[in-house]
Amino acid sequence: MLQYSDKVMEQFKSMKNAGRIENADGIGKVGNPVCGDVMWIYIKVDENEVITDCKFETFGCVAAIATSSLATELVKGKKIDEAKDITNKRIVELLGGLPKEKFHCSVLAEEGIKKAIEDYKNKKAGK
Amino acid sequence: MIEDVIYLDNNATTKIAPEVVEEMLLFLKENYANPSSIYYLAQNIKKHIETAREKAARLLNAEPSEIIFTSGGTEADNMAIKGIAFANEKKGKHIITSSIEHHAVINTCKYLEKHGFEITYIPVDKYGIVDVDLIKKSIKNDTILISIMYVNNEIGTIEPVAEIGKIAREKGVYFHTDAVQAAGKIKIDVKEQNIDLLSISGHKFHGPKGAGALYIRKGIKIDALLHGGHQENNLRAGTENVAGIIGLGKACEIADEDLKNIKMKSEIKRLRDKLEKGILEKIPKIIVNGHPEKRIDNTLNICIKYIEGESILINLDLEGICASSGSACTSGSLEPSHVLLALGLPHEIAHGSLRFSLSKYTKEKEIDKVLEILPVIVQKLRNLSPFWKKGK
Repeated sequence: MLQYSDKVMEQFKSMKNAGRIENADGIGKVGNPVCGDVMWIYIKVDENEVITDCKFETFGCVAAIATSSLATELVKGKKIDEAKDITNKRIVELLGGLPKEKFHCSVLAEEGIKKAIEDYKNKKAGK
Repeated sequence: MIEDVIYLDNNATTKIAPEVVEEMLLFLKENYANPSSIYYLAQNIKKHIETAREKAARLLNAEPSEIIFTSGGTEADNMAIKGIAFANEKKGKHIITSSIEHHAVINTCKYLEKHGFEITYIPVDKYGIVDVDLIKKSIKNDTILISIMYVNNEIGTIEPVAEIGKIAREKGVYFHTDAVQAAGKIKIDVKEQNIDLLSISGHKFHGPKGAGALYIRKGIKIDALLHGGHQENNLRAGTENVAGIIGLGKACEIADEDLKNIKMKSEIKRLRDKLEKGILEKIPKIIVNGHPEKRIDNTLNICIKYIEGESILINLDLEGICASSGSACTSGSLEPSHVLLALGLPHEIAHGSLRFSLSKYTKEKEIDKVLEILPVIVQKLRNLSPFWKKGK
């Protein structure tokens, strides 16, 4: 079993933004169930392009849940241009580190946010 | 603190029996002499080692001279497989094993492949029972060894060792079985079951860690793994782990008595069945792994669909419950357990595996507590899972 930092465990226990947003403005679906990690990130964006709400649904290990939870917290309240600069490094840093085998989870969380923003932009452009 | 823990990971290791500790202490404290020395102090210890050997032999219906003490199950497996392989390579270089063996066997076979041995990995059915017909058909002129585990550590399925033993004996092929999960749990009879080599590990049945044994049928020659002194009939050099051996002997003695204690045996099964039934009643979308009947009494392995094993385990741990999983995250690789995949389970389902393994120390209220807590954890994680709603 892997050793997780206190911050990882805090996120894992709180899962503050867990759940889905009905009628989300953007959804980022990343990961693969075969590998054991899937994240769906939902965002709600207002007219000023600010992410007013962000939720996640995750199938995966402690690290997958903790990284997606933290990523949603990070981007909530931010403008999308700012939010899209989120990096997996920052996520790992804020979690007080991750076991090496779990770095890919932080990459998934970053990708999830970026895909949700991309989805939002595509939807908007299509309108 | 440790008293409050609900320990349901007895296939990983067991609580050492207090009687075992008691006997070992003497040999950690006062009786420190080297059993190879000639003075009385040492020879007396030697006598105790031989008594431990008799106890280990009795558990398996073997002769004391057929027991070699090792550092545990892994060493016993290595010693058996490499020992037979290197002693018989002029006769042949083909070995038959199964796809669900413990890593101690699988990785030893992989090592031998690098040294020019040919290994046939026999598949199993959906319950984890090895294909005996295929074993028979796979035997060739150069086959020197069949190594099939007695009981699978993850799913608890009991393999048809007596049947395999008979085939091996008829064909003149050596038969080794990794009985680490069987010893102390079911009656083993190496004579009746035609077993040539058999591995056991003390800490899996309330003995100490670092102590195991290999049974080698009289007359069978193997190459030693460790070279050095004359200990263990020149087959296992190194000053004996005296306290460990004494502890293993005591654990074998207790296990032998416990095996006759039908009430104790049926209680473990009753609690395991209660846990299984309770989980199936309270949680939808559960797959029970392993054979419905040919399964060791203490083991319950399930797959909980739509969620992942490690997050279940950590949530259980937060509630003071110890269990295990065959998910990738717990195996230290990206692949889920090779055993679950060999059963034909898809990766995403294997990731959600959970194993509870009980012992004679398991109490009913502990099972009740798990049945109370697990459904809540599963619901919480399923609510989080993107797949759950679709699977409803």
